[in-house]
Amino acid sequence: MSRQFQYQDDVLIEKNFNWKQMARLFTYVKPYRGDVARVVFVMTVFGMLTKLAIPFLISMAIDKAIKPADGQTSGGLLCLFMGIMLAMYALRWWAQHYTIRQTNSIGQKVIFDLRTALFKHIQGLSFRFFDKRPAGSVLVRVTNDVNSLQDLFTNGVVNSVIDIAQLAGIIIILLALQFKLGLAVMITVPLMFIVSSSLRKRIRFAWQTVRIKQSRINSHLNESIQGIRVTQAFAQEKENIGFFDRMNLSNIRSWNFASALNQLFGPVIEITSAVGTLILLLYGSHLIQSEQMTVGVLVAFITYVSYFWEPITRLGQMYSQLLISMSSAERIFEYLDEKPAVGEKPDAVDLPEVRGHVRFEDVEFGYESDRPALRGINLDIKPGMTVALVGHTGSGKSTIVNLLCRFYDTVKGRVLIDGVDVRDVKLESLRSQIGIVLQDTFIFSGTIRDNIRYGRPDATDAEVEAAARAVRAHDFISNLPDGYDTEVQERGSTLSMGQRQLLSFARALLADPRVLILDEATASIDTETELRIQEALGTLLADRTSFIVAHRLSTIRHADLIVVLDHGVIVEQGNHEQLMRLKDGHYRGLIEAQYRFLSA
Amino acid sequence: MDVFRGLKSFFWQDKGFLLGSVLGLATATALGLVYPMLLKVLIDDMIIPGEYEGLLGLALLAVGIVMLKAGCQYVHGFSGGRLGNRLASRLRNASYEKLQVLPFSFYDSARTGDLMSRLTADIEGIRNFIGFGLAQLMNTGFLILFGFTMMAIIDWPLMLMTLVIIPVLAYIAIRFEFHIHPVFRSIRAAVSRLTVSVQENIMGVRTVKSFASEPHEMKKFRGGNENYRDNHLALAAVWAKYFPIIEFIANLSVVLLLLVGGFRVINKTLTLGELVSLNGMLGMIVAPLWTLGFQINNYTQSKAAGERLLELLNQPVTIRNADRALRLQDEAVQGHIHFEDVSFRYPNHEEQPSALLGFNLDAPPGSVIGLLGGTGSGKSTVVQLMLRAYDVGEGSITLDGVDIRHIELESLRRQMAIVFQETFLFSTTIRENIAYGQADASEESIIEAAKLAQAHDFIMELPQGYDTIVGERGMGLSGGQKQRIAIARALLLRPKVLMLDDATSALDMETEHVIQQSLRKVMAGRTTFIIAHRISSLRHADEIIVLDRGRIVQRGKHEQLIRQPGLYRETYQTQYADRPDELESASAGERRVSG
Repeated sequence: MSRQFQYQDDVLIEKNFNWKQMARLFTYVKPYRGDVARVVFVMTVFGMLTKLAIPFLISMAIDKAIKPADGQTSGGLLCLFMGIMLAMYALRWWAQHYTIRQTNSIGQKVIFDLRTALFKHIQGLSFRFFDKRPAGSVLVRVTNDVNSLQDLFTNGVVNSVIDIAQLAGIIIILLALQFKLGLAVMITVPLMFIVSSSLRKRIRFAWQTVRIKQSRINSHLNESIQGIRVTQAFAQEKENIGFFDRMNLSNIRSWNFASALNQLFGPVIEITSAVGTLILLLYGSHLIQSEQMTVGVLVAFITYVSYFWEPITRLGQMYSQLLISMSSAERIFEYLDEKPAVGEKPDAVDLPEVRGHVRFEDVEFGYESDRPALRGINLDIKPGMTVALVGHTGSGKSTIVNLLCRFYDTVKGRVLIDGVDVRDVKLESLRSQIGIVLQDTFIFSGTIRDNIRYGRPDATDAEVEAAARAVRAHDFISNLPDGYDTEVQERGSTLSMGQRQLLSFARALLADPRVLILDEATASIDTETELRIQEALGTLLADRTSFIVAHRLSTIRHADLIVVLDHGVIVEQGNHEQLMRLKDGHYRGLIEAQYRFLSA
Repeated sequence: MDVFRGLKSFFWQDKGFLLGSVLGLATATALGLVYPMLLKVLIDDMIIPGEYEGLLGLALLAVGIVMLKAGCQYVHGFSGGRLGNRLASRLRNASYEKLQVLPFSFYDSARTGDLMSRLTADIEGIRNFIGFGLAQLMNTGFLILFGFTMMAIIDWPLMLMTLVIIPVLAYIAIRFEFHIHPVFRSIRAAVSRLTVSVQENIMGVRTVKSFASEPHEMKKFRGGNENYRDNHLALAAVWAKYFPIIEFIANLSVVLLLLVGGFRVINKTLTLGELVSLNGMLGMIVAPLWTLGFQINNYTQSKAAGERLLELLNQPVTIRNADRALRLQDEAVQGHIHFEDVSFRYPNHEEQPSALLGFNLDAPPGSVIGLLGGTGSGKSTVVQLMLRAYDVGEGSITLDGVDIRHIELESLRRQMAIVFQETFLFSTTIRENIAYGQADASEESIIEAAKLAQAHDFIMELPQGYDTIVGERGMGLSGGQKQRIAIARALLLRPKVLMLDDATSALDMETEHVIQQSLRKVMAGRTTFIIAHRISSLRHADEIIVLDRGRIVQRGKHEQLIRQPGLYRETYQTQYADRPDELESASAGERRVSG
């Protein structure tokens, strides 16, 4: 197959059963152990016993009332037995009602707790975590992986207990009713067990292949829809169709195999159980003939034996389910064990209201340990200053602002705001006083108003509008069908990039941070919008310490301080006039280059 | 059933399997009913009279029937599985092919999640229903028919007595379906709400963290999570209400049968064997009855799924080849693009003003056309119309004098290459991404294209070089790196017409400058369209067109445009305000004018 598209697999190949993980998973059930105990009690006592009592009652009715050996039939006894049966069924009605509600309630609570714990943990993880992982695979863990545990916690736990109890109950009853026949029928159990577990293992592997292929298909579908414009523009429809056809075919082949194997299970179990039926009929009749057993008991036996396979089959299914669940659990725990690279100290305090004095003291940092991204950075920025960071891609401009927000921790040196080390304060108190406008700011689905309000949910409508006006976003918003209440979807795709950026400016302004960072904020904005933003910048930058990271040098001319970076080192700093005076200076070189490109 | 008629062409060729699935199950059901009959014979003719001669034969017959039944079950399972799989495979291929040819206008309003769920969950629903659900639904009918017939043969008054429960159970099952349906719908909504809240949180993690809005996000998530839980609990409540009562009613009929039947055995109007076998049959009939609600639910769900799929499959393809469309000879194409009085309005946006109005342009081979303008001014529309992503409303676009609507779509697009504003890389290696339009490209040509796009150096710095897997599920690249790969992809094709739709916005000027120089070499004698916001990107164009709300407001060369008042000059002045004093020339005065 061509390597046109490649998909790594998120699905783990089955490993040995991990009891430790199982135990860990069950710590989430612990808070509800009282509920579990109650429902198990109700179901075993009322549910199981009523079920097992019925065949016995029927056999009693036959042997004592309908067809007693001594010929003394009794209508009264028949009514009595049927009355008891009816009462049993009524009890069962209630017990089932209770069990369904309770098991689901337990299961949903556990799932809820687990998902909340996972999401909360992920919220606390730092950028290093997200840098390494595509969004899709994080999403799958919080949604699908947690969901796949749902069945285990709703039905699995309780039903397994009940099934084991039921199995034990049936064995006891069979042996008690007629010891020899019970023993003879149970000879088939090991046979059944071997056949079913070997078959089930194959089925499991077959489905695993299908799941892997299916997940590749889904990845490709998702991608081909999102990249359809590229596909059509490059006239690659036929190639894509060919690729998909092969992918689909291979999936269907595995599916056919797995499905054929899977469908074998029921019939094979049935044929195996036929051995039991044979023994039951032949030996049972023999026992009646030699008067060691009554007809009623035989009828009861037939029913009990048919009950016998039920819990065995279910427990087998449960085991397969458990193995799948365990691989999900493993993936969930992998995330829960991830330690945030940027942690809050236990004695972290709230950062007091910031005036905006920022200092970098001999800062060193690297995204990977062997390649430093910044070295020996010293900066002293007074409150209210506008600082521009200039340099080529990869020179470390964005890294400086990342350290200021403490998205990463320095390897060496300190970052101070108003004299306080950023590592000593609570993250929320730090970041809520810093505003960032990114090159590609995220627009959440919801109304325009909600999006502007994102950094300050309690802002009034008037404040939202004022912020939008200040960044010149009001006009285009008013032209939208529902104005500020227009719903935007899927990363704001209905808006142009420039419009999205204006929204993010409004968002930053409304949050009113003491320190503002514009990280390549105007790079993808069209000219007209940029002109408007240039006007708005004055409003935005007034009275706050601000950092501007930009390719376009025109945006930074008026900065109080221009810091020129090259390969992680500050090579020059000063204002525009000072830097222009440096012959052969980096900054001057960059400025001149623009004109060279213009006339070259 | 209209829906299934619409889907007929996807499964009718496998009607053998369909028959196998239905008949296999029906035969298995019929054989299952024989077993209680055998019990009757055992009790009445052997145990009670004490004559055991035929016992072995009877037992073997029972075993034989069980085996035959197992065989029939397998026929049902196998046929149903095959039927469903083949159907699913055909549907998936057909939908995928449809997705490939649907025009841009369809995707403008379509949502990825919605399309995905049609191609996955909906197909799955139809697979299960046609493969198994249909046979099971029919089987429930057979079971009632066979079962009660057999019971009637043994004793019709008792059969009539128990028949009463059928309408009662059917009524409850239908009510159950009626109750559970809306719950399923809100569960679907809850799942998608939860997914969206998590997905946005992860994709927007930088924004979330920079606003320190984790508590707000936590609240949003909690809402979704609670909603998910509560909906599932509502589902459980419906189950808890209906399942036990259905079972109770079925059991009630068993008690009734045993009570009345028991008295008749006592009165000798019925044999014990008959009673036992009637009891066994009744048990078999009522067991699947309570799943009737599920089966009905299954049917309605898959009907809805079928409707959604057919809607997709029947979507009109508005952009397609004309009859006897011209197939271009690659070597003969010059790349002369001509717009003649073109007007265009986006489909589904009829209430909005035209995206392009009275647009005229002549781009002979070898020319470079620059496009400048604000958001919604129509720049991207111009290049997308050339690709025939949409058809023009009025006027015409010609390539080498031929209206592009008369050219075969694939051969038209093969002459062109576009780099989109929002770069899209596929989940595969960098090499395959560059070779996307040309699968048979040689290693040298791929490297050459990467070098031209200034991508070779950073690619070589990656641990796996050209074999690094990128895309949504691969290694993260910066915006500028992605743009350069996309440019390399376009250059590899050596297109007759190249379109760069704001394709260098994330690059620094020096890199952009080098790329432009290589473009000039590669595109010599070919046509290039550049949409950009930077003057430096447009500076050398043979003609620069300034657009505003779909109309051309200015056109000319750089030197002309900087002398006219207007958007171009304003942009120029903003971007070159920091011009060093000694480099300042004639434009100094103009700057003072605009302040």
